[in-house]
Amino acid sequence: MADVVIESTPDVLMDLDKSGQGDVRTEEMLVNMGPQHPATHGVLRVVLRTDGEMVLESIPHVGYLHRCAEKIGENLQPYQYIPYTDRMDYLAGMNNNQAYALAIEKLAGVEVPERGKYLRVIFAELNRVASHLVAFGTYGLDMGAFTPFLYSFREREMILDMCESACGARLTYSYLTIGGAHDDVPDRFFDVLLEFLDYFEPKIPEYNQLLSFNHIFVKRTADVGVISASDAIAWGLTGPCLRGSGVKWDLRRSAPYEIYDRFEFDIPVGVAGGTDGIPRSVVVGDCWSRYFVRVLEMQQSCRIIRQAIEQIPDGDHINKKLKNLKLPAGEVYMEIENPRGQLGFYVQGDGSAIPSRVKARGPSFSNISILNHIGRGCLLADIPAIVGSTDIVMGEVDR
Amino acid sequence: MHEATQQVISALSEGFSDVDFSPSPLMDRADGAVGAEQIYVRVPADRLLEVMRFLRNSEACAFEQLCDLTCVDYLNFPKATDRYGVVYSLLSLSRNHRIWVKCFVNDPSPEVPSVTGVWAGAEWMEREVWDMFGVRFSDHPDLRRILTWEAFEAHPLRKDYPLRGRGEREDYEVLTRESR
Repeated sequence: MADVVIESTPDVLMDLDKSGQGDVRTEEMLVNMGPQHPATHGVLRVVLRTDGEMVLESIPHVGYLHRCAEKIGENLQPYQYIPYTDRMDYLAGMNNNQAYALAIEKLAGVEVPERGKYLRVIFAELNRVASHLVAFGTYGLDMGAFTPFLYSFREREMILDMCESACGARLTYSYLTIGGAHDDVPDRFFDVLLEFLDYFEPKIPEYNQLLSFNHIFVKRTADVGVISASDAIAWGLTGPCLRGSGVKWDLRRSAPYEIYDRFEFDIPVGVAGGTDGIPRSVVVGDCWSRYFVRVLEMQQSCRIIRQAIEQIPDGDHINKKLKNLKLPAGEVYMEIENPRGQLGFYVQGDGSAIPSRVKARGPSFSNISILNHIGRGCLLADIPAIVGSTDIVMGEVDR
Repeated sequence: MHEATQQVISALSEGFSDVDFSPSPLMDRADGAVGAEQIYVRVPADRLLEVMRFLRNSEACAFEQLCDLTCVDYLNFPKATDRYGVVYSLLSLSRNHRIWVKCFVNDPSPEVPSVTGVWAGAEWMEREVWDMFGVRFSDHPDLRRILTWEAFEAHPLRKDYPLRGRGEREDYEVLTRESR
């Protein structure tokens, strides 16, 4: 029997190694992501300068959905402008209606009847749940999990049905208007709503099992795209993006508009991993924290809605004395907590019925402006994770 | 005026005794209270940067966040003396108070110093004001148009820019009722 000969490494390869030519040479490359890309949540375009898998620079380009919403607002009466506000943050139409209506009411000194205020809170919170459900579902989708998307849209459908029963529209409501809510809710609406809450609240732990604590999902999002609290504040981040960095700031608590001072609710913030069942790898301010703040906020919204249903009085749903609204000379800045952060309207009147300046401060605009700052040095696959975790709506960025 | 705002104003007047801030409510209404808590101060463009640094860093003010930065075109506005008012909405998260700062500039070359060095988030907001109003921000790191395209020349939110007509495609066939 012949001895087994173990072949040594061929000489050619050895030589290559020594000369250094066997190394992988890298080269910087520009990668264009979007504006038509499923992970950019609309028409966001990001130009990435990459070195292999490493992102050196990620420059967002916005404006693809610019519709001159502010110019239009300066040429229309406030009532006529309400439908345009729906189309800014189209996942949270109710909240946008509410913000603009509040700004105009503050400027013109309009009273809102009690029932109208409660209806506004109920629908604003319902819309917050619907919006966070989209964020939850599509974020799973971005991370390669298709099932949570189906679950969240199943529940969102019920909310849309309820909104439809109140105002006839499923997405662009124009329901909350100047002086209150446009119509009263139909009979048995609150029974249906309570039924939904009973059904929905136990679903949230299910979502957590399904996605939040899923090992792959945590690996993709924990300790990725970390934003420090001071950075978040300096860049003008608001909403879950700010609270995910551990800053306990919510306008519903710190500057209660409408009637939010009458409800009990908690403000969830991002916490470090290892406590309260939070995965060990989680860092305050990472993508997972921002995501999880939204999940917890859905619970709090349900709490607020339950209290509102208990307290809601009978009476008018809208200020019926309102005719021919004139805006006095002067300016007003009204900010509310929309699902994505602080939505502000800066409205200036000049004595006529049409405002002379309407400025919408969309939270997504500031939230996405930090992308290049936090995206530096991350991996290419982390970019969809970061963009998804900021939960932007391009209609609001571009207006 | 709220007590917190009062403190900010007095801290400002102490720090800059040579500037006339003339604090007044955003909305000056005869019937009083509504909106009276929203106070703005006027700052000349050449002192803006140091005032903003002071508002951001001093103990009494501590405005950590720039909520909003926008501009108002006062062309044809009743009793207005200046053309552009750049409006800064500041928020202090630690003290929970707000203040508005207005800086008025005029044609032919409206320009204010950039506050990106004070609040990083001002970068995009200033780009938007440049795009929409044509107010330049000196020392801005990257003053490009943001919402409209690079080759666009006008500043559409100025009051002398018409709502319809300009910028529409001229070779585009217009259908009228008669030509149908």
